[in-house]
Order: sequence, then C-alpha cells, then structure tokens
Amino acid sequence: MLCQLCQKRVATVHFTQIINNNRVEMYLCEKCANEKGNMNFISPLSLGDFLSGFFSTDIGDSYIATPDVNTRCEVCGMSFNDFQSTGKIGCNNCYKIFGDRLKPIIKRLHGNVEHIGKAPSGFSDSMIKTTKEIEKLKEELNRAIQAEEYEKAALLRDKIKELESRSSGQ
Amino acid sequence: MFGENAKSVSESDVVFSSRIRLARNFKNYPFPFRMNEKQCREVIEKVKDTVFSTSYAAADSFRFYDISSMDPIERQAMVEKHLISPDLAAMQTLSGVIISKDENISIMINEEDHLRIQCLYRGMQLDRAWENCKRIDSMLEEKIDFAYDNSFGYLTCCPTNVGTGMRASVMLHLPALVMTGYIKGILDACSKLNVAVRGIYGEKSDASGNMFQISNQVTLGLTEEEIISSITNISSQIIQQERTLRSELYRQNSYRFEDRVFRSYGLISNARILSSEEAMKLLSDVRLGVDMGIIKDVDIDTLDEIMDITQPANLQKITGKALSAGERDIKRAEIIRDRLRHRPNT
Ligand SMILES: [Zn+2]
Ligand SMILES: [Zn+2]
Repeated sequence: MLCQLCQKRVATVHFTQIINNNRVEMYLCEKCANEKGNMNFISPLSLGDFLSGFFSTDIGDSYIATPDVNTRCEVCGMSFNDFQSTGKIGCNNCYKIFGDRLKPIIKRLHGNVEHIGKAPSGFSDSMIKTTKEIEKLKEELNRAIQAEEYEKAALLRDKIKELESRSSGQ
Repeated sequence: MFGENAKSVSESDVVFSSRIRLARNFKNYPFPFRMNEKQCREVIEKVKDTVFSTSYAAADSFRFYDISSMDPIERQAMVEKHLISPDLAAMQTLSGVIISKDENISIMINEEDHLRIQCLYRGMQLDRAWENCKRIDSMLEEKIDFAYDNSFGYLTCCPTNVGTGMRASVMLHLPALVMTGYIKGILDACSKLNVAVRGIYGEKSDASGNMFQISNQVTLGLTEEEIISSITNISSQIIQQERTLRSELYRQNSYRFEDRVFRSYGLISNARILSSEEAMKLLSDVRLGVDMGIIKDVDIDTLDEIMDITQPANLQKITGKALSAGERDIKRAEIIRDRLRHRPNT
C-alpha cells in the first residue's frame, strides 16, 4: 500500500491524530509521518488495524461518482457497506458492480490495478494479442529508424517497453 | 514429514521450508462466507470430482479429508503439520482438504476462498513449489470456471489477495540474528519492502523457536515469478547475514557458544517436564549446533520431526486422549528423550 500523503513510498506507519475532536487515521510512509510530527504511532502496520480502519475511509482519493448506497449485488446480496464493515467481498459479480469503488482501495493495497500474472487458458488470448502487437510495433520502429524519424521511434520504443514489461513472465 | 532429507536440500541450514499458496474461487458460486449449506457441499463435490477424475490424481494419490466432521484436536494436528491453515481449522461451515500422499500438496476447500492450493517443501524450493501449484491450478481450471477479471486478475474474497492470488513464503531459522538483536533491523527493513513477517504456526503467533516466516504482501501487478524472485532475494540476504553472524559469534567465543548449544542438548535429552515454549527454545539451540557441525550425533530430520509431533494437538493424537497442559509437558519430555535416544540415522 502506498503512503496516503505522498502516494510515492510504501506506507509503514499507522498514523492517528485528533483534529477538532475527530480521530483521523492515516497510513503514511516513515518520511511523511516524521514530517507531520506530534503524533501517536501504532506501528508496524498489522492487517487487523488495517481492516478495521482502512476500508471505511477514503482519505486522499477522490472518486466523484457516489453510486446508490442501497445497491445490492443480485447474486450474493452484499452491499458496498457490508464490504466496508467486513473487508470481505461476496462474489465474482460484486467485483463487477462495485468495481469502480473497489479500484482505489485495491490500488492503495497493491500500488497497482493491472494483473500481469498467470491467467486462465481462455484469457491467454489477450497475451497472444499483446505479443502480436509488440511484433507489429517493432516493424514500425525499424521503419521509423530507417526513415530517420527519431521522435516517432522513441515513442514506439516506449510503447514496446511498456507492453513487454506487461507480458513478461506471462 | 516432508519426505526428503534435509541434507539434500539447498540452504537448509537456515531455511526450514518454502511454501506457495494460490487463492482461487468459482465464478458461479458466492464466496464461501456467502454460501448456504447446499452450495458449500456442491463446491466440495465439484473439486473432488475434478481432482479424483484426472490421471494426475492417480499418480500422486491424493486423499480427501472432511474437515467439518473432524474434532478440534484432529484439525489442530493438521495445522501443526502445516497441512492446513488455522483459518480452515476454525471453519464452522462445510469445508474440506485434499492432501497428496507425500503431504507436499494441500488443496483446501471452502476456507476464506473456495480454493487455497498450497505446495510446501523443505529448504529453499519456491520454484519447485510454484511449478507444482501451477500444475494443480491448470488441472483444476480444465473443469472449473474461476472468478477472473482482466484487470484485477483472480478475484478473491479479501482484496488483499487479488491478482495472482499468490502468497510465497519461506520459514527461516534465525537464532544468531535474534541473539545479537540485529533481527529488529531485519524486521523493519522487511516492512519497508512490503514483506510480511510472522511466527511459525500461523498468522497470529509469535516467532517461537527463532523461526520467522517471510512472505509477499502485494499480489497484484507483479508476475508470480517476480514475487518469487523478490522473496528469494530478500531471503538470501537474510540467510547471508545469519550465516555471517553465526560464524562471527563462534569465532569470538567458541567455548561459550559450544557451552550454550551443549547445555541445551543436555537439557532437552534429559528433562522430565518440558513446556512447548521451552522445547522450541532448546530445539533452536540444538538445531544451531547441528547446522554448525558442533553437535554431530543428531540429524536435522529428527529435530524437524520432534518439533511437529511435540506440538499440543499432535501430542494428544499420539497419546490417543486429551491431555491437560501439565500432562502434555511430561509426555513431550518423554517423546523427545525417546527420539533422541533412538536416532534412525546414527
Ligand atoms: Zn509519504
Ligand atoms: Zn456479490
């Protein structure tokens, strides 16, 4: 999970502060925590702390869409509130209907929301597509270099690098 | 316990075991905590059908255990042998596990997720564990539609496991780092690297017997191989530091070092009452002595066996009846004396 202040370093400190009689909890990296000063540490971060406080807040993230709080998953009956209080997701379908709201939480947990590892065989098509796309871009890159279009070549090289890093290891 | 002896395995002087665990869920059933009894039963039956109908099962001979029908001691005994998780043992609803005959592979059914595929080997063998998990995963996938999303990857009940659904962990024996206090720096560094550190018997327990489990926290956005190589790299740095400190401690005061190791050996071979905590502490010293070639007449395999069978539930299973804490301490001392006297490999 990334620090909620700088969004750059990994959060290792559970930071609590009382502001206007309200208890504010944050997950910060050591550097930001030190800079904030004057605080109570509850560290290191444990999963218990994490589940109880974390899912209920949305500090640092601004997703504007506020979907209907009463929406329930038609498969398992869970609401987003149920998830926030238990930290558990009810089923495959919940990930679809609450996906937009889960995304920032998952991003905070993993620093990332793009799976690049093993996929079920039916899904490996996307991997094959990526490989073909890389081949196509490499041909374009060769042509660009031969035509001395270096700006275009640089862009293509970045694009290839990105695709290759995504498909490596499959 | 692991079906191969310690000496044949790499880094076994510091690395106790390596484990890969994959979380998988059925696409067409709610996750376990949202299922009714009928659905729980169906999931178990579908997994059993898949595993026992493949040719793979015949080769490796798996066996199914109905966790729901087992008493708490039997369940706990499986936790102590690292065959199932503490969470599966605590399940109140219908759940089960399929275990390979060599006890290296466990497929837990209806834990937090529908499936938790676990491969466990002694020493540093994460790659081998991953190869086997991958094989089981692909075998199951032929008949079961897993919950999967192009962006989030494998979908899990807790968002901390999405993506690869993979937890790679190694169990390290770190007595020299503990003795010198350097362990604290290691633990701090691990937390900065997004690596979790736990004790030997599950998520909540302390690091008893100087055993520490380190594992990845991030499961999404990395390939399985990247996760394995990061855990391998961090481990090998810790292993290196542990080895350096061991030889440095020995060099600085070899009499004192040998005295500590042999005192513990003497105590554990002769004591008439041993608490679990004391046994773990003494076993750690003896293990250190054996790994450093100071104690020559015990082998690591015997120590591994002692460590597992003298945990509370396994003790009661061997004795065949429930024992009070006091009775267990006497029985524990008796079994350890016996094992150390009848060493198979000397
Ligand atoms: Zn920060
Ligand atoms: Zn649902």
